[in-house]
Amino acid sequence: MHESKSMNKILKSLIWLAIAIIGAGAVGGIALNRGESINAMWFITAAVCIYLIAYRFYAVWITTKVLLVDETRATPAERLNNGRDYVPTNRWIVFGHHFAAIAGPGPLIGPTLAAQFGYLPGTLWILIGAVLGGAVQDMVTLFLSTRRNGRSLGQMARDELGPIGGVAALLGTLAIMIILIAVLGLVVVNAMKHSPWATSTVVATIPIAVIVGLYMRSFRPGNVLEASLLGVVLLLLAVAAGGWIDHHPGMRSLFDHDGLPLAIGVILYGFAAAILPVWLLLAPRDYLSTFMKLGTILLLAIAIIALQPEVKMPALTQFIDGSGPIFGGALFPFVFITVACGAISGFHSLIASGTTPKLLANERDIRMIGYGSMLLESFVALMAMIAATVLDPGVFFAINSPAGVVGREAATAVATINSWGYAVTVEQMEALARQMGESTLFARTGGAPSLAVGMASIFSSAFGQSLLSFWYHFAIMFEAVFILTTLDAGTRVGRFMLQDILGNFSRRLGETSWYPSVVLSSALVVGGWGYFLYIGVIDPNGGVNILWPLFGIANQMLAAIALCVGTAILIKSGRLKYAWVTGLPLLWLVTVTSTAAWQKVFSADVRIGFHAAANDMAARLAAGTLTPEQVRVAPQLIFNQQLDAWLTMFFIAVLWIVILDMLRVSYRHLTGKPVPVSSETPYQATRLARE
Amino acid sequence: MKFMHWWHVCRDFMRRLSGDDAYERYLEHYEAMHAETLNPPPRLSRKEFFAYWQEQKWNGVNRCC
Repeated sequence: MHESKSMNKILKSLIWLAIAIIGAGAVGGIALNRGESINAMWFITAAVCIYLIAYRFYAVWITTKVLLVDETRATPAERLNNGRDYVPTNRWIVFGHHFAAIAGPGPLIGPTLAAQFGYLPGTLWILIGAVLGGAVQDMVTLFLSTRRNGRSLGQMARDELGPIGGVAALLGTLAIMIILIAVLGLVVVNAMKHSPWATSTVVATIPIAVIVGLYMRSFRPGNVLEASLLGVVLLLLAVAAGGWIDHHPGMRSLFDHDGLPLAIGVILYGFAAAILPVWLLLAPRDYLSTFMKLGTILLLAIAIIALQPEVKMPALTQFIDGSGPIFGGALFPFVFITVACGAISGFHSLIASGTTPKLLANERDIRMIGYGSMLLESFVALMAMIAATVLDPGVFFAINSPAGVVGREAATAVATINSWGYAVTVEQMEALARQMGESTLFARTGGAPSLAVGMASIFSSAFGQSLLSFWYHFAIMFEAVFILTTLDAGTRVGRFMLQDILGNFSRRLGETSWYPSVVLSSALVVGGWGYFLYIGVIDPNGGVNILWPLFGIANQMLAAIALCVGTAILIKSGRLKYAWVTGLPLLWLVTVTSTAAWQKVFSADVRIGFHAAANDMAARLAAGTLTPEQVRVAPQLIFNQQLDAWLTMFFIAVLWIVILDMLRVSYRHLTGKPVPVSSETPYQATRLARE
Repeated sequence: MKFMHWWHVCRDFMRRLSGDDAYERYLEHYEAMHAETLNPPPRLSRKEFFAYWQEQKWNGVNRCC
């Protein structure tokens, strides 16, 4: 008996040792490979081994030694069970809800953009950032909120730090919302630009969502699965119908538009979606996007594992020096800003302190749901990195480089990309565009189209070459569906926050059901992101160059706020020696975010610094060296660059205020002065039987 | 036999995850909490409950980047 137990223990240790060795070998292989290409299985192997070890050892250590997770303690779901939002729920169900909530389009776009540095920097940051940063942040926030009846991050910041922290968290969240929606809108617009197939398919998702909404509201109330299945079938039909429209001369022109009218369409749609009842558009769209998201991620994982494609992008490109075509800025700090979701994302702390803690049946589920979900999201980001880097580097840069950088004509763009040392020809791009059913694939900045080409080529080699154009537009539709869901949901959340703030000035404006207030606050939020979307579309450098780093800075700022709250609580509760668990990722984020913000504001490089870009354009405008088309938009672009500089400084100011507040509270506690008392709810023993 | 068992597990999981069985769970909760009390709150019909449930579910941060 005793002997077999110790045998078991040895066997287990050997298995974990083997996982560690295989993982280290795979990471080494990825890092040291200097061949023509490297198989994607190296990435998958490295990721799985790192996740397993981190989940089994680091996460367990944090829950048992640092957080002191207590299985005997009743959770808010048990104590406050009301059958509605507080419900003890099976952990697999909670995992599904939580993962569906945190995994949006972010982890697909960021890694695709970061691939301009080569596959290595983004991949390492996705793996290490998730294991030591993102998953820790999600799990700690989930734990703290669970111990506080599911209170939100903003409320916890106010309770544990003071009013300043609370206000900072609220403002930060609202700002992220605005920037995030603008950049996501821009990604959709760039995918639909002069693509009747993509545009008609994306437009079709709106009536399909309404049909599904009416179906589950009135025709068969509450039959969610049935209605969603109907919606998924209709979406696939819409993708196929888009191909027919593309070949129909009359219909074709109806959906063939420039960026600007498409952007205005997205803005009007966003406003309509924000003031319409949720059951009509938002809820059914959310069901469709969740099913499409989970299905496509699964399909992509199966395809990558079954086909084992070769990654053709080099480990590092010359653009690590900051001269990259997709966005300006050197490897440090910009890869850590570009890949936010998938490595560490502040947005997750809003989910981890919202719905999820009210569903936990037992505290022991916190590791699986908080830490585990983030590992899965990191894996999604890794797959996006693979899908972007299996393309020929020349093709990748041709699709993603904005016209303002490589030139408007195909021949000049190809010549520029060739001069960087990446082989691509005009014929190759034309053939690829034809295969995908597009007129051109040049300058489709934003990540969605190159990811779609990558996904289409992976899928089509599994399911047949003839379907290439179908898969391309399927991938575009799939991304557009959940980008638009984020756009709807984000606008609505922004509206609630704004109404919350306005309520301080006029009680009437704070009422979420008073229609004039709904329209006013929706218009303000839509106007906010609509402005950035508009500027992004008229900017010849593609707009993503400006908006994505802003989003990254804002998102990492929110992550830093969440880690500040966690660190302060650890110190206040006498766990100073473990404060590095949240303190180290916090220190890293503060370094990265502050450096990036400093460079975005003060760099003399016109492709990085906002002020430099504004001054450069003003000088060229005065010297009369701009084309008439550029002269028309120059004043708006100059104003926008200056605005972005102020916005960046605002983000950094908010971040440092929270950090100084955290340090102040920690210092006061350590020197025995009074601090806000812990808002943790007292212990109550669980009465739920173990499942 | 085994196959049917797994099919049911999967179906129940999907129904629970999507909220397809939300009304059944509401009825269970209602029976457990209110059926025996003196002045029970009105029992919602399937349609009423779903309208309320959906409204509540989408009020707040429930989707991320």
